[in-house]
Amino acid sequence: MQGLRAAVPLAVAVFGFAVSFGVVARAAGMGVLAPLVMSVTTFAGSAQFAAASVLGTGGGIAAAIVAAVLLNSRYLPIGISVAPAMTGGVLKRFLSAQLVVDESWAVGHIGGGRYSRGRLLGAGVLVYCAWVGGTAVGLLGAHYLGDPERFGLDVVSPVLFMALLKGQITSRKALVAAVLGVAIALTLVPFASPGVPLIAATAACLLGLRKR
Amino acid sequence: MSGLWLAVLLVGAVSMALKATGPVLLGGEELPAAMQRVVTLMAPTLLAALIATQMFGDGKALVLDARVAGLLVGAFGIWRKWPTLLVVVLGAAATALTRLAVG
Repeated sequence: MQGLRAAVPLAVAVFGFAVSFGVVARAAGMGVLAPLVMSVTTFAGSAQFAAASVLGTGGGIAAAIVAAVLLNSRYLPIGISVAPAMTGGVLKRFLSAQLVVDESWAVGHIGGGRYSRGRLLGAGVLVYCAWVGGTAVGLLGAHYLGDPERFGLDVVSPVLFMALLKGQITSRKALVAAVLGVAIALTLVPFASPGVPLIAATAACLLGLRKR
Repeated sequence: MSGLWLAVLLVGAVSMALKATGPVLLGGEELPAAMQRVVTLMAPTLLAALIATQMFGDGKALVLDARVAGLLVGAFGIWRKWPTLLVVVLGAAATALTRLAVG
């Protein structure tokens, strides 16, 4: 549970982000129970936001499902990256894997593509509580809070990711891969559904195939 | 079952499966050396791409709006090594104020 301390500021920011998800989901007509169940099971901010905004703008159920699944497709390679750290029986590995989200994944990275199980799970538990709790607060307080964008809550997640990114640029190669990933993602945004640019950006990681 | 609940349960099930595939199939085993080098670059690459799409993406459009203020303030604070939470709060405040000013 070493990840706990590193994850405290992240959990506070995630709480704020979750409150805004609750407000947006309520405004999208999802009720109270459905968004809460979504936070408990899906536990991934950007995908849940995408689903809520598609539903809120009348985009339809199928489009909401596709958007959320595409945005979460990055968890397949993320899951592979943490696999060596995930020990124990199948059920234990399955449950531990659910605590890996962007924030705990960044905190759990101890360099060189290696991950600490303790840090992943410690940070994951804290961020999970913040996400589910924040969702509940947002859902119940939606009437009092108004539009979350009024408070700039839509930049909480990307600014948090910027803070996490700083610790990840540990080599020239990592910097080049990050810049290339941004270029691929932004190039594809106008042409592809949300989520596809992200999964395409991971192609930049193939730079790692070269030894130097 | 309503469409909403279908979406919630299906997205939840698929997300759980996506997260669990690597750990369940490959759990506890070392990745091949080449794969390990690829994985090393995943955190910086995906975080950078997430930042870019969340800052400049609006559906299928690329836009510059009040979010840029949060990006700049956030970047400055991170460069100055301010505490993470402070940076996040100031970034959100910068975007909120810009929205208020630009209307």
